[in-house]
Amino acid sequence: MTSDQWDLVLGSLGPITGGAIRGTIPLALASFAGGMVIAVAVALMRLSGRRLVAALARGYVSLIRGTPLLVQLFVVFYGLPSLGLVIDPWPSAIIAFSLNVGGYAAEVVRAAILSVPKGQWEAAYVIGMARPTALRRIILPQAARVSVPPLSNTFISLVKDTSLASLILVTELFREAQKVAAFSQEFMLLYLEAALVYWVICLALSTGQGVLEKRLDRYVAH
Amino acid sequence: MSPTDPGAGRAADGPALLAVTGLRKSFGTHEVLRAVDLTVHTGEVVAIIGASGSGKTTVLRCLNGLEVADAGRVEVHGSLAVDFATSPDRRQLNALRDRSAMVFQHYNLFPHKTVLENVTEGPIVVQRRPVREAREDALALLARVGLADRADAYPFQLSGGQQQRVGIVRALALRPDLLLFDEPTSALDPELVGDVLTLMRDLAAEGWTMVVVTHELQFAREVAHRVVFLDEGAVLEEGPARQVLTDPAQERTRQFIRRLLRPL
Repeated sequence: MTSDQWDLVLGSLGPITGGAIRGTIPLALASFAGGMVIAVAVALMRLSGRRLVAALARGYVSLIRGTPLLVQLFVVFYGLPSLGLVIDPWPSAIIAFSLNVGGYAAEVVRAAILSVPKGQWEAAYVIGMARPTALRRIILPQAARVSVPPLSNTFISLVKDTSLASLILVTELFREAQKVAAFSQEFMLLYLEAALVYWVICLALSTGQGVLEKRLDRYVAH
Repeated sequence: MSPTDPGAGRAADGPALLAVTGLRKSFGTHEVLRAVDLTVHTGEVVAIIGASGSGKTTVLRCLNGLEVADAGRVEVHGSLAVDFATSPDRRQLNALRDRSAMVFQHYNLFPHKTVLENVTEGPIVVQRRPVREAREDALALLARVGLADRADAYPFQLSGGQQQRVGIVRALALRPDLLLFDEPTSALDPELVGDVLTLMRDLAAEGWTMVVVTHELQFAREVAHRVVFLDEGAVLEEGPARQVLTDPAQERTRQFIRRLLRPL
């Protein structure tokens, strides 16, 4: 590598990590939070005894998993305006990613709730709890432990998927890399640099997953 | 009255705390309960015995609405009558549940909560009693069963016998009118059974009203005022514990007791 190339890599590290800090990371966090709210709601709908409600939830999961994320993103940002609904890039991205994460995570949450033994529901009822209280205080905390590994996968995928937001004009990590690459014509270098920054973020997340698992495991026999 | 024959006649004088009539329940095409009647008086200990599949656990679970019977009435003294024929709503089932507390065969402690939190969860979160008072009560109850020093342990750190004693304390902390026990010693190692039975004997002596589904005939004979023998979903025989267990009127009861005492 020439010293010019080194200078380019070091010089572009500023805008690229800036894109991560101001774009990728907040986008991923906001979308994951929104996605989890959707996931719990959809999981509870699927588990409710009402057939129509459960069918709606199943349909939602099927639609989200059966269509490409890029298409979902484009429908929200480029499609909705033709119905008179214009949404800015940032909220469009958060809406599309939240809906997507919600569809995938709903299945994780549903399986985790089902993995809690029936006796836990019964013990909660016997001490006088109604269903929502039992869910909040007894069932979901136990389900959370089981769902940390699969939800970590979902989150890590989401962090990388946010690069698609560059296609709807959101300034994030990958868009910053593209700008420098187009200007300097050093495509290989800049895209590898972007890949490396994504990797570092994901390594940090994996470490966080380990810490969280350990914390939630404190009440389980080893 | 001899000490091994606790209050024969005593408890039946009290008012009826619980009156069950015509309880029926089917799972699919399998009829588990066929018109079960049961009366429990205040301060009385009733043992329900019977072969597995006779429906004894189902009776118990209908008493607090964990199982919704197909027909029949459950009346709780003074306040409440639930008629299962007219499919009771959730509010009625909750009201039924509020009067009793249940001890499970497999303890069903909350694994993510400490021993103390297991006990105070109902009083604080559901009954909205002051936190300090609920904690003090819980610690006093735990001390009573010899587990005060385990208050901050998690359930997985306890033996089965200790877990079941916590299960009983959790039930007592709700201050229920009626204690329901579903085979409370069946999951325990034999050497741990004694601790739990001793505790239950003490509770009976204190005058708690208890319905106990059990295979422990010795315990039933010594502690229960009345024994109900359930056979194929119906009460085949009931009466004072000593009489039903040592001199049953029905041949099937006799066979059942003989099999349980001499399994080989």
